Amino acid sequence: MTGLRYVYAVCRPLGAPLQAQLTGVGGAPPALLSHRGLIAVVSTVPEADFCEEGLKAHLEDLDWLAATARAHQGVIDALTTVTTPLPLRLATVFRDDSAVRTMMEAREADFLRALERLEGRVEWGVKVFTEPSPEPAEPAGKPDRPTSGRDYLRRRRADTRAHEEGLQAAEAFARSLHERLRAQAEDSRLHPPQNAALSGARGSNVLNAAYLVRRDRSEEFVELVDRTKDEAGGLRVELTGPWAAYSFSGLGEEDARYGVSAGEGR
Amino acid sequence: MTVVERREIALVDLLDRLLAGGVVITGDVTLRIADVDLVRIDLNALISSVNESVPSPFELPAKEL
Repeated sequence: MTGLRYVYAVCRPLGAPLQAQLTGVGGAPPALLSHRGLIAVVSTVPEADFCEEGLKAHLEDLDWLAATARAHQGVIDALTTVTTPLPLRLATVFRDDSAVRTMMEAREADFLRALERLEGRVEWGVKVFTEPSPEPAEPAGKPDRPTSGRDYLRRRRADTRAHEEGLQAAEAFARSLHERLRAQAEDSRLHPPQNAALSGARGSNVLNAAYLVRRDRSEEFVELVDRTKDEAGGLRVELTGPWAAYSFSGLGEEDARYGVSAGEGR
Repeated sequence: MTVVERREIALVDLLDRLLAGGVVITGDVTLRIADVDLVRIDLNALISSVNESVPSPFELPAKEL
């Protein structure tokens, strides 16, 4: 059988077994690979799909990518019920178990440090969207259609200005919300705003942030987010999670590149 | 439609984390950052083409703004 080893996460030894019916990428059951004080959660994937060329071709297939991402997340989700996993980037693949062990040994100190930092913590995602306003409120008695070219241009300018002001207000709200949430979290990351075409969400995404919160403080955090939903007149606040601490795995320069720098450019 | 929309929303949140987050380890085969950028670009292209053939009612108000 030609298969590669797909690695989902690294964790400390589990206190409980994985759910028996759990399936990973490609439908294969995940297994635990112990090495010294750590375990890697792995499953076998077809070499044809995960060799360099195969992977590249598949990444252009949205359905394949979605199925793979969901399978990866399914395993991480199951792990979060029994431990605090250190999730790996999608599609981290090794030739065989011994290559996985070599990697675990080489990165052991990093893994232990990160696991220590994340122990008992989860990630919450908070996004703010503008709600596309139906129609700017027109004074009563005004004709629906512009009466002249000049009237049309005047209305256009007023609409544009209202839109810009709305966006500025939305960004100010997002900044203040981020500050408040950050004060309640141990760490935070700003992800690039989501593309509306990609998310299918209405309105513009003015905040796309992740917060690292202790599990036992999560209820408070969620309540805080819920309360701000009421103040967000004309804006939509969305909460996702709890996630494994994907955005805080912090073992690479990528965090700086994708999180912080993208946020500053907003 | 609602189900489809919800699925897509969750997917984008998932990709925010699985493609930009998680521990980066050089495996025997690993997505490189360049590949991930390509995936994002491809995804944009893919999804906009999907939206063109199956127009989403949710997109219309946004475009008019």
